Amino acid sequence: MGLKEKLHQTKLKYQGKKMAPAFNALHTFLYSPNETTHSGSHVRAVDDLKRTMNTVIMALVPCLLFGIFNAGYQHYSAINGFPENFSVLEHFITWDNFWLGAITVLPIVVVSYGVGLAIEFLFAVIKGHEVEEGYLVTGMLVPLIVPVDTPLWMLAVAVAFGVVIGKEVFGGTGMNILNPALTIRAFLFFAYPTWMSGDKVWVHGAVDRAGTADAISGETVLGYLAQGNNTEMFAKYDLSEMFFGFIPGSVGETSTFLILLGGLFLIFSKIASWRIMVSAVVGSLAMGLIFNGIVAAEWIPEYSKFYGLMSFEFWQHLLVGGLAFGIVYMATDPVTGSQTNRGKWIYGFLIGFLSVMIRVFNPGYPEGVFLAILLMNVFAPTIDHYVVRGNVKRRMKRLKNATIFPKVSGEVEELKTETV
Amino acid sequence: MALLSKKDANLILDPLADNNPITIQVLGICSALAITAELKASVVMALSVIFVMGVGNVVISLMRNLIPSKIRIIVQLVVVASLVIMVDQVLKAFAYELSKTLGVFIGLIITNCIIMGRFEAFALGNGVWRSFLDGIGNALGYGVILIIVGFFRELLGSGTLFGIPVFGDPVAKTGLYSIGYENNGFMIIPPAALIVVGIIIWVQRSRNRALIEEA
Repeated sequence: MGLKEKLHQTKLKYQGKKMAPAFNALHTFLYSPNETTHSGSHVRAVDDLKRTMNTVIMALVPCLLFGIFNAGYQHYSAINGFPENFSVLEHFITWDNFWLGAITVLPIVVVSYGVGLAIEFLFAVIKGHEVEEGYLVTGMLVPLIVPVDTPLWMLAVAVAFGVVIGKEVFGGTGMNILNPALTIRAFLFFAYPTWMSGDKVWVHGAVDRAGTADAISGETVLGYLAQGNNTEMFAKYDLSEMFFGFIPGSVGETSTFLILLGGLFLIFSKIASWRIMVSAVVGSLAMGLIFNGIVAAEWIPEYSKFYGLMSFEFWQHLLVGGLAFGIVYMATDPVTGSQTNRGKWIYGFLIGFLSVMIRVFNPGYPEGVFLAILLMNVFAPTIDHYVVRGNVKRRMKRLKNATIFPKVSGEVEELKTETV
Repeated sequence: MALLSKKDANLILDPLADNNPITIQVLGICSALAITAELKASVVMALSVIFVMGVGNVVISLMRNLIPSKIRIIVQLVVVASLVIMVDQVLKAFAYELSKTLGVFIGLIITNCIIMGRFEAFALGNGVWRSFLDGIGNALGYGVILIIVGFFRELLGSGTLFGIPVFGDPVAKTGLYSIGYENNGFMIIPPAALIVVGIIIWVQRSRNRALIEEA
């Protein structure tokens, strides 16, 4: 009797018992169950929720690997100085970088999945439904959007909060209003701001070394800009470094290049909505252009604290911070985003627009992607509502103007009122 | 002999649990969100409302046959406003710091829907003693929730209770702070109160399923 057969036997044994959902979740994660749907018509397709989630995770793995190497690279560069003639193979993809990154990033991944799945299993057992796969992607997104040195207990508290308050109270996977990963990020940001912002948290070891002779700093690109140190920033990082992601930042969000590849992969596998991505990019460019215009028109003096970020080239906003990551992986969340096609255009555009706006005007922290997406998550149902209403109205109007040919003459008015 | 008959006792006990003004009737949320960052402020707010509610209900009940129904809302407002001013003045005289923390929210007791709700729904139609019990009961129900929320927000947000450090000193890193614990800044901002109240509602309704409203 093979392993697969044994699992099926165990499953039958536990059917109807309290722990059945927990067992089934593990079982169907590894194997397809040997039972078929019994009644009703059903669609035969391979892309069920589990497949969808796994596809997104596949798109995230490059970002995670890059994040692991980058964690090591940023740490060693901050201590030993940045290499003169940077070459990817020589300075970036090294065992040292990988090892350091692995021991700092992988615990975050383990805690994120461990705590989140434990809560999912707990709720499934209490409420007696099958474990849903929603957490698979959230669990992978969370490590990628937090600073590398986030204390693990804080992460555990935030994950528990995000999964329970952000998702389970609304009814679990597919019912949540807010993106759980962003809820977790927002909770961390408001609960422990010193660990989520500043120039120390983005590079491993910087917090521990603060105040000592070995102190190192890992100011992000946006951090420099928020202080108006534009020239200093450009002396340290050039555009290609920003694009390929060799800059400090949250673990997996730095490489716009890999995010772009992941985004294309999601678009071609038809998992994520290209409309949201495109319109969000357009929205952020539009806001960036407005700011650039304000600077060009000299409406804002150079000593203003917004000058640094406002004068940043509009399209370069896409290369730094979490904007690209948010647009590709967070804004496109099918549960919390708009459902209608026209709604997606509006929803995406406003996400991009607000992200850059909050980024520039946020006094405490020069980033706003997660806030913008959470805000638009709340508005997504309203947008959809008005899009649907608009559609209904247009069709009603068409109907009013249409001529209806009745079988028997004299029934025109009657038919019309009936349809309306 | 029992101090209160069963019917009278229920006037006090019902609002504490199954007919709580905050968690069941969802009234008085505004102050529950605003002033519960500190336990001390919650307690003072609760006491103030107990005073205003108890005395107010008695006064309205005494006057219930004299008030023309057309102007009853104005009369109720006058009564509650005079009581609130008394509370405000007492606080300013004897607890100035605290009255600064509570700020405008003492004045806003006037607009607390629980008070006007009890005047309208109970004191206008019931005797003095029963109105008094009803007022005290509802204010207690309000106060209990305020204190629970204040307890968790101050404990998790500032690591203190009534201003006394519980977990150690966050600056000198003693006690829990020495092993890396940090105060949760989220608990200090008002949205946290919304979530704590939500959790209380959740717990209460899953313990007593009869309270769950039809969707």
